Amino acid sequence: GQRSAESAKNSNESFAIVSFKWDHVKEPYIIALWILVASLAKIVFHLSHKVTRVVPESALLIVLGVVLGGIVLAADHIASFTLTPTVFFFYLLPPIVLDAGYFMPNRLFFGNLGTILLYAVIGTIWNAATTGLSLYGVYLTGIMGELKSGLLDFLLFGSLIAAVDPVAVLAVFEEVHVNEVLFIIVFGESLLNDAVTVVLYNVFESFVTIGAVNVTGIECVKGIVSFFVVSLGGTLVGIFFAFLLSLVSRFTKHVRIIEPGFVFIISYLSYLTAEMLSLSAILAITFCGICCQKYVKANISEQSSTTVRYTMKMMASGAETIIFMFLGISAVDPDIWMWNTAFILLTLVFISVYRVIGVVLQTWIINRYRTVQLELIDQVVMSYGGLRGAVAFALVALLDKDKVKEKRLFVSTTIIVVFFTVIFQGLTIKPLVQWLKVKKTEHRDPKLNEKLHGRAFDHILSAIEDISGQIGHHYLRDKWSNFDRKFLRKILMRRSAQKSRDQILNVFHELNLKDAISYVAEGERRGSLAFIRSPSTDNMVNVDFSTPLPSTVESSVSYLLREKAGPVCLDMQALEQRRKSIRDTEDTLAHHTLQQYLYKPRQEHKHLYSRHEIMHNEDDKQDKEIFHRTMRKRLESFKSTKLGINHPKKLNKIHKRDRGQKRRNSSVIPNGNIPSENPVQDFTLKEKDLEFSESEENNDYETLHLGKGVDFLANVTQQNFTDNPAGIDNPVFSADDDQSIYMKFSPWLSSEDTVVPSQRARVQIPYSPNNFRRLTPFRLSNKSVDSFLLADGPEDRPRSYLPESTHM
Amino acid sequence: RGSPGELNPPIPSLLSPTVTSEQIEHLHRRFKQLSQDQLTIRKENFDSIPDLEFNPIRGKIVHAFFDKRNLRQASDGLADEINFEDFLTIMSYFRPIEMNMDEEQLDRFRKEKLKFLFHMYDSDHDGKITLQEYRNVVEELLSGNPHLEKESARSIADGAMMEAASICVGQMGPDQVYEGITFEDFLKMWQGIDIETKMHVRFLNMETIAHCY
Repeated sequence: GQRSAESAKNSNESFAIVSFKWDHVKEPYIIALWILVASLAKIVFHLSHKVTRVVPESALLIVLGVVLGGIVLAADHIASFTLTPTVFFFYLLPPIVLDAGYFMPNRLFFGNLGTILLYAVIGTIWNAATTGLSLYGVYLTGIMGELKSGLLDFLLFGSLIAAVDPVAVLAVFEEVHVNEVLFIIVFGESLLNDAVTVVLYNVFESFVTIGAVNVTGIECVKGIVSFFVVSLGGTLVGIFFAFLLSLVSRFTKHVRIIEPGFVFIISYLSYLTAEMLSLSAILAITFCGICCQKYVKANISEQSSTTVRYTMKMMASGAETIIFMFLGISAVDPDIWMWNTAFILLTLVFISVYRVIGVVLQTWIINRYRTVQLELIDQVVMSYGGLRGAVAFALVALLDKDKVKEKRLFVSTTIIVVFFTVIFQGLTIKPLVQWLKVKKTEHRDPKLNEKLHGRAFDHILSAIEDISGQIGHHYLRDKWSNFDRKFLRKILMRRSAQKSRDQILNVFHELNLKDAISYVAEGERRGSLAFIRSPSTDNMVNVDFSTPLPSTVESSVSYLLREKAGPVCLDMQALEQRRKSIRDTEDTLAHHTLQQYLYKPRQEHKHLYSRHEIMHNEDDKQDKEIFHRTMRKRLESFKSTKLGINHPKKLNKIHKRDRGQKRRNSSVIPNGNIPSENPVQDFTLKEKDLEFSESEENNDYETLHLGKGVDFLANVTQQNFTDNPAGIDNPVFSADDDQSIYMKFSPWLSSEDTVVPSQRARVQIPYSPNNFRRLTPFRLSNKSVDSFLLADGPEDRPRSYLPESTHM
Repeated sequence: RGSPGELNPPIPSLLSPTVTSEQIEHLHRRFKQLSQDQLTIRKENFDSIPDLEFNPIRGKIVHAFFDKRNLRQASDGLADEINFEDFLTIMSYFRPIEMNMDEEQLDRFRKEKLKFLFHMYDSDHDGKITLQEYRNVVEELLSGNPHLEKESARSIADGAMMEAASICVGQMGPDQVYEGITFEDFLKMWQGIDIETKMHVRFLNMETIAHCY
């Protein structure tokens, strides 16, 4: 069309080889250019660490925007770029809110929901009313001069300036690191007050439109009703789309490449739908994110999850940057400015003062219902952290200047307020927090014990609530998780994901991985990994699992591992290239150690480039098995050293001690009576006195004492022990029979000493004290093509030990 | 000891001043409900609480109510039945902290709560949480999840125990033996975490603190 017309025109003169088609690309080009400028600015800011520690990024961006706006103004004499409400509400705000909702710490959020709602609803109404009325009152005294505004205009202005802004709060609090409860209250408030803001804004705007005389009681009642409709409606829309999204994600197994897309599209639709129905769009997308996170994260693949995470963060961060920059640019527009000292100054004073009063009053009320009280310091931070931002600016820009005569004044005031809160309060909040010694977030490594005890707490507390006959937090949470488990999960989660998506398991996996890495790192530190298989237990003991050792050698394997997130690909080629200087045996050793601990290298890695499919590895079963093995092995080494039970020299000492302590040792697999392959089901502790004959190492096993009062009904689930998926043929774990037999016993019945012998034991003498049958020699797996085995063979044999010194 | 009719049985000093008479009345009503108007409760009475059935560590919790160590009795072992005063004693472990507690009170408070927890884990009453006991606890705890295998639960328990060992004892030499978590170790594990704010139940408390007597 256009091009042909142009070329037709040009062909009259001559053929232009190259032409400058500015108008053609103008719009997308400028948009891209601005985004680039904003991102470059971020780079520049972060070059100076000193500056970014003191000045919040948002403030810097606003200043930059002002500067740029000034340049554009000087060059063009017109202000061509502003933050238009449409762009803001449709494109810039949704990513930020979605990011907030998707990564919302749900437990914290819902735990403090009462407080958050109080501040969001009552607080905002309070702020709006008091600010509007006070300004009107002062206006009536005449200080402000002549303004063409009535009560309703002031109330309208009050309602849009009252709301705490999520973008600003996020931007500033991110750098301040207050404790999580405080953060969630302020942040939650900023998200949930959208409903109130929307309602108040719409109500007052329509009142202004229809004129003050026509406002009747009915209109006011309608206003109140609309609040409930808007907020609840928005929430329901969000929940509906969350449900849809979770359901869809359940079936995306074969379209993994576009999985992340669903998350964004459906969430965005929830926003637009709510906007279309004039409900609260922010609430919709927030609750969409909050409700879908669990199911979506469980359903989609690891890579998709990472993609979603990074894309969301990128979009949110980018949008935030652009917002602040454009706030600055939009300020440089002579047309919008109108100065009225009294009005502007009083607005600033009023919003600050009334915020403080509001926070104090509400805190006093809510503290009577809270178990963790909000103290004075918290209140100071909450008052001071009530920042106004771009939402207010967008709302004021949206005003119709024919209906609201003083629009220019309102816009100018809003800009000043936003600049003040973001720049001044943003700058000073960090020193304030430090000065007041506000409790900060504690960054602790996830401790398994914490998680476990946390879980125990939940159960204990809900039990106490049940016993004392109360409907408390825990009772409700319990009921919800039961409902979730019975119905929601079945509908919304993939079958494979319905399995142990246990938090504790996740923490454990993480810790395992960390430990395995430090294990190898320790080996590197010592120069060789031979210590793993050294005869003395000393070396093994002194591996400090608690701190990851810094690896100085960049080309080390552990460094490789740390760099990667997620499943590790231990491609031997890649490894070899990196570690040319180290001997081959070390390579293989490292490789195979890791293979034991971690994940199977993708040996047949087909590097097919396909836009429609990605290879995913069915590592689930493998992971579990390796995980089990790892734990057993580590326990073995742990016990052999720390519990001292299995150390050969200590055997007699320990057993005396054993007898001394009235420990309830559960007895074990009856010797010689290895049960058949049928696993035991629904095994209750009726079997006492499983006798056990002593093995050669004098391991005593006391008979099983049933503890008093411990009603220990247990179900032994069928052990679907996928023992040998094709490919995992670690010769070290060759005693597969051992494992499967072991598995079929109720683990709590067996005493510690019946743990499958460690690698060392197997390498040396592969038998267990419990099963004399297992005196088969070291089985060379013929499936394995591991060079490990070949490297092992000649060297290991000589190291066979006499039975007494094995630690079983 | 007070009879069910009496409203203010002599309450152990540890309860005041943070348990109001309203709360006591409420709990008393509940006690009567559970005991079916008898003076004492036995273990079987807890079966009448329907929601408790789904709790994975139900056994340990009920046991804790009858554990003489928790009832502050000199002897060890299990009581067969408890009266209202004992009931209150157990409930008092879960009261929230008050704003006006000083350091020493807070510390005592914390120790009490942790001691309760410790007793729950240490099922054979020998003052140490051994590996086996820990495994018991973890398996029970995770038994609510049908997809989590016993093996995993066991491994987790082992891992947790090792973690505890590394916190409590740090680096151990090859000759050292770690027998179990003692109460001091247990306290060490919980050092950074404020249990006071986590381990409490909001009793029916609408009033500001009133003294009991």
